[in-house]
Amino acid sequence: MQKPSIRTYTKSKLIISYGAVLLLLCFAVSLGISVGSIPIPLFHVIQILGATIFHYPVPDNIDTSMVNIVMAIRFPRVVLAMLVGCALALSGTAFQGLLKNPLADPYTLGVSSGSALGAVIVLFFGIQLPFLGSFTLPVFSIIMGFLTLIGVIYFSRLVQRNLSVETIILAGVLCSSFLGAVTSLLIALTGDELRQIIGWLLGSVSMRGWAYVELIAPFLFAGLLILLASARELNALSFGQQDARTIGVDVKKHTSLVLFGASLLTGSAVAVSGTIGFVGLVIPHMARMIWGVDHRHLLPLSMILGGVFMVLVDLLARTIIAPTELPIGVLTAIIGSPIFAVIFIRYRRKKVTT
Amino acid sequence: MINVQQLSGGYDGKKVVDDLSFSVEKGKITGIIGPNGSGKTTLMKMINGMLPFQSGEVLIKGKPISSYSAKELARMIAVLPQHAESSFDFTVREAVALGRYPFYKGLLKHSTPRDDEVVQNSMEFTGVEEFADKSIQLLSGGERQRVLLAKALAQEPKILLLDEPTNHLDLAYQMKLMDLLKDWVEGCQLTVVAILHDLNIASLYCDQVLLLDKGKMKAIGKPGDIMDSRMLQSVYKTNLSRQEHPQKAKPLIALVPRHQDERKDLSEIVLEATPETMIFRSPFSLKTMSSAVIGGGYQWANTFVNRHVDKNYNVNDAQKEFEDYLSSLSINPNDTVGMMTAARLQDAGMVSVDEKGVKLLVASTVGTGNAVDAGRSWERKDQPMPIGTINIWIFMEGRLSDEAFVQAMMTATEAKAGALRDYGIKDPVTGTPATGTSTDSVCIASTQNGKEMRYAGTITPAGKAIGKAVYQTVGIAIKNYRKRMLQP
Repeated sequence: MQKPSIRTYTKSKLIISYGAVLLLLCFAVSLGISVGSIPIPLFHVIQILGATIFHYPVPDNIDTSMVNIVMAIRFPRVVLAMLVGCALALSGTAFQGLLKNPLADPYTLGVSSGSALGAVIVLFFGIQLPFLGSFTLPVFSIIMGFLTLIGVIYFSRLVQRNLSVETIILAGVLCSSFLGAVTSLLIALTGDELRQIIGWLLGSVSMRGWAYVELIAPFLFAGLLILLASARELNALSFGQQDARTIGVDVKKHTSLVLFGASLLTGSAVAVSGTIGFVGLVIPHMARMIWGVDHRHLLPLSMILGGVFMVLVDLLARTIIAPTELPIGVLTAIIGSPIFAVIFIRYRRKKVTT
Repeated sequence: MINVQQLSGGYDGKKVVDDLSFSVEKGKITGIIGPNGSGKTTLMKMINGMLPFQSGEVLIKGKPISSYSAKELARMIAVLPQHAESSFDFTVREAVALGRYPFYKGLLKHSTPRDDEVVQNSMEFTGVEEFADKSIQLLSGGERQRVLLAKALAQEPKILLLDEPTNHLDLAYQMKLMDLLKDWVEGCQLTVVAILHDLNIASLYCDQVLLLDKGKMKAIGKPGDIMDSRMLQSVYKTNLSRQEHPQKAKPLIALVPRHQDERKDLSEIVLEATPETMIFRSPFSLKTMSSAVIGGGYQWANTFVNRHVDKNYNVNDAQKEFEDYLSSLSINPNDTVGMMTAARLQDAGMVSVDEKGVKLLVASTVGTGNAVDAGRSWERKDQPMPIGTINIWIFMEGRLSDEAFVQAMMTATEAKAGALRDYGIKDPVTGTPATGTSTDSVCIASTQNGKEMRYAGTITPAGKAIGKAVYQTVGIAIKNYRKRMLQP
C-alpha cells in the first residue's frame, strides 16, 4: 500500500502546478493587454476587465477610449493568441505522445501547411459551405490538415514500417514543401492582396477581433476533451502500439481519436492565425521537463503553458521593433528552430548511448 | 489453459505457422524453441490476439480468443516484450501502473487504492521498488526488463507470454529473471509460455517444450524428451551434443563447433621424469576421466602429473597442497590431472600399443605395500588410509563415448587385478589375492578425434588393447620393483 503521505504530496504538487501555471497565465494576459503603443497601467487593465466581466460601471478615472482599446482590440487579440497557443501546444503534445516522436509538432508534420492550404483555398475562392457559414474556414482547414496528416503517416509507412522519428519528420517536410508550393502557386495566380496573405501565412493574431476567438474556442474545447479522454491511452502508446495492445488498449480507436483531435486543434489554430511553427514542439518539451510524462496532466498543463508562451511571444512581436509588428510565426521560428536542433541532438545522442 | 487447434497463420497470406495443435496446462512453464524463422514469434502473436489467424482456433480457458474484448484479454494474458522503449522519461512507477489499464473503469479511467496496491506489490516482487521514482531511461537493460515484468504482473494475468525474455541480459540476470518466473508460477498457479533461444535455459526451467521447425510442430514434451541431440541437430542443422546437468535432472545442450581440431597424435606427448615427478605434457588437450586428486571426474587436460610423495605424507587439504605444488612448477592446475603415489617412479612400466586401429600409451606406477582384496576389504578395521600406490595412466586416440570411458575404466581395473593375481600379490590381512591397493587411481585420457569408439569393454578392440597394456605395465612395474629390492 502506498503511503498516504506520498499520495497527498503528489496531490498537493499537482494543485501547486495548476495554480502556478494559471497564475502565470493571468499575469501574461494582463501584461499583454497593458503593454502596447498606448501603455495602460496594469491596475487599470484589471479594473476594466473586472468591470466588464461582472457588469459594473467602469471607474470614472479611466477614459472610455481606453476601455475601447482594451475591450475591442487588445483583449480579443491576447485571448486569441492564448487560444492559438493552447491549441498548438495541445496538438503538439498529442502528436509527440502518439508517434513516440519528440520532434513531432503540427508544423514539422506538415499538418499546418495542409491546413493553411485549406484556408487559402477558402479565402481566395470565397467558398462558403451551406450550414457552416463562417465556420467554413476552420472546418476546411481542419479537414485539409487531417488529410495531410493521414498522407504523411501513410507515406512514412511506405518508406519504413516502424515509423521512425526521422522518417516521419522527413515525410512532414516533404509534404510541407509540396503544400507550401501549391499555396504559393494559388497566391501567385490570384495576384492581389499578396502582402496581406503572406502576412497571414507567416502567422499573426493582430486585428482579428472577437469573431475569430469565437471561431477557435469551440474547437479548442472539443479537441481538449477528445485528447483528455485518450490520455491514459497516450501514456500506453508511448511504449509502442504493440505494447499498448497487450495491455488492452483499443489502439485503432484511440489512434484515430488522437489524430482527429490534434487535427481539430491544428486546423482551427491555423484558420485563425496562419502557420505558427514550433510552439507545439517547444512547449510540450518544457512541460514534460517540469511535470513528467503522464498525459493526464501533461495535456492540460502544457496547453496552459502554450497559452502563456503565445501571449508573451505576441507581446514581444508587437513591441520589439515597434511601431512595426513582426509576424508572430517569424518569432516562434527564431526561438523554436534552435530548440528543435538541441532536442534532435539530445535525442540522437541518447539513442546511440542506449 | 491454452488450447491451440490446427492453427495456421502468417503475414500477407503467407503461411508462417502451419497446422499447430497443442495445449498448455495451468501452472506450467512452456518453452517454445526452434531456429530463426520457424514461426515462434508469429505463433506467440496469434496466441496473444495480436495477429489474426488464417485457420484453426486458439482457446483461452475454453473460449475462442476472438470472443474476448481487448481489455478482457489484457486481464487474462500479459506479454513481456523483448524490449519496449519509450522516447519519454516515464518513471518506473508510471510505467508499471500502465499494467493496470485494463482495470480502469469509466470515461476518465480512475485508479482505485487497489490498483496502487497491485502496482506496489509487483514492484516489490520484481525488486524494482527501490527505483520507483527514477526514470526508466536511466536504468540498465536488466533493470528495465524487470520493470517490464512488473508491468506485466500488474495486469494480474493468468497467462504470461514472453518473447525471448533473457535476450540482452547477462547471465546473472537471465537466471534471476527465470528464477523469479518460476517462483511466480509455483506461488500463484500461473501459466507461462516463453520463446527461448537458449536451449539450456529452456531445459532447466520449462515443464514442457515445444520444438518448431519451419512453422510445423516437430515435437512437444518434457525437456528430457525434446532435448535429444539427434532431433535438435536435424532441426537446427548444427552439431549439438547432449550432456546431463551436474545437479539437476535436466539435460544440457553443448554446441560442437564445425571446424575440426588439429590432428592429435599420441607420439607428440612428451614425458619429463625426475625422481619426484613424472609429467606428461601434450601440445593438445585430452578429455579425461579419472579418480585423480587434481582434475578428477570429467575434464579436459594437457598436463598429467604423477607425483612421488613420502609414505608418511599427511596433509589436511591434499588438493590445496597439490595445487600449490603444481603452481610452484608453473603448471596450471586447471589443465592438469594430478595423482600422488608413494611408489618409486623409476620403477614405472610404460607400454605403447598400435594394433587393429587402436593407439594407446599406458604408464603405471605400482607399489604393493597396501594391497587389498576388494572382495574382502569389509573385513578390515577402519584405519587411516595411506596414499595411493597403483596409478594407471591410459592415453588413447579416438572419439570415446561416455560409456566407453566407463568401460575403459572397468577394463583397466580388471586387468590390473589380473596382473596382481598373476604376480602373487596377496592381501596381508585376509591372505587372499589382492585386487588392488588402498587408494589406486586410474586416468583415461582420450584425444576425442579420429575413430569413434562407442564401447571399450573387455572384448572390444579398444578393451583388448587396454587390458593388454595395463596388464603389461603393471607387471613391468612389479618386476622393476622386485629387481630393485634384490639389489644390494
